[in-house]
Amino acid sequence: MPELLTIQTPETVLFWFLAPLAVLAAIGMLLVKKAVHSALLLAWVMITLAILYIAEGALFLGIVQVVVYTGAVMMLFLFILMLVGVDSSDSLTETITGLRPIAITAAVGFGGLMVSLLGRATLGRDPLGLEIANASGNVQGLAELLFSKYVWPFEVVSALLITAALGAMVLAHHQRTIARPTQREQAIKRFRTGSLSGAAGLPGPGVFARHNAVDVPALLPDGTPAPSSISATLKARGDVIDSAQFQLDNVDTTIVEEK
Amino acid sequence: MSLNNYLYLSALLFTIGAVGVVVRRNAIVVFMCVELMLNAANLSLVTFSRINGTLDGQVIAFFTMVVAACEVVVGLAIIVTIYRSRRSASIDDASLLKR
Repeated sequence: MPELLTIQTPETVLFWFLAPLAVLAAIGMLLVKKAVHSALLLAWVMITLAILYIAEGALFLGIVQVVVYTGAVMMLFLFILMLVGVDSSDSLTETITGLRPIAITAAVGFGGLMVSLLGRATLGRDPLGLEIANASGNVQGLAELLFSKYVWPFEVVSALLITAALGAMVLAHHQRTIARPTQREQAIKRFRTGSLSGAAGLPGPGVFARHNAVDVPALLPDGTPAPSSISATLKARGDVIDSAQFQLDNVDTTIVEEK
Repeated sequence: MSLNNYLYLSALLFTIGAVGVVVRRNAIVVFMCVELMLNAANLSLVTFSRINGTLDGQVIAFFTMVVAACEVVVGLAIIVTIYRSRRSASIDDASLLKR
């Protein structure tokens, strides 16, 4: 006769502590504007799920959840976010009119259906718990199943992984359609097109002798700052110092005698 | 507390993920919502494994994780490819078939 499952108080406390946090983070994922914030909230949801897995006796899955999901998958997401542009924030305006009310109505309906379904469903017996299945260790029990009953799905899944890796390589591969221009060709192009002022390259940043950091625009001969001397990224971030403060008239030039 | 609470949590997370897939426009966020749905399904699999007293549910959850990893790799590669040709990660911009 298998021993019936009793849920201990610590697990109840853990659940009621983590579950609302997970739901809040998931809802926040939908509401925040920046994709990076969504990714961080999703990572948090995944960590809470990992803790819940471990509380439920799925030690191996809990660790794998942390390593694979919050480690590898979220890292991949953040990597692609950096590649696509970290400030690619979503415009939260509706593009299809009435989509949002319909989506929320459908979600409330679906969620209510699921919850009421789960509330009415009865198993006909008490839940068993994993004490017997985990008797010789969770990892050992999983390995026994994985390499006996589920060995064929395991092989198929490995084939799927290899196919996915190959597919990603094929998709991400970028074939050059035209030859890479040589430095000579680039130099000729600079002189033939556009104005001669840009032919020698863009001016470097910094007001020399006073401030030569990359966030200070160079001063043109007439004293105005040269915007082309600053990286576009710094300009977009607004991290540009006004170079007028380094002009000779504005700077205190009185010499202080050093002892 | 009954084990049903885990299933309620799973259903809630799944629903939130589904709303995200429909409502958000950034392809990467849509993908993250799909991941949330897969995670929610995994939670219910783990709970069912505990209800039944066997580890089969956990093995299937493990397979789901592998499939999710594959899906992320291929999906993100597709997003990068679309981004390369259209300079946008919005799912509204990939509408060539519509025209």
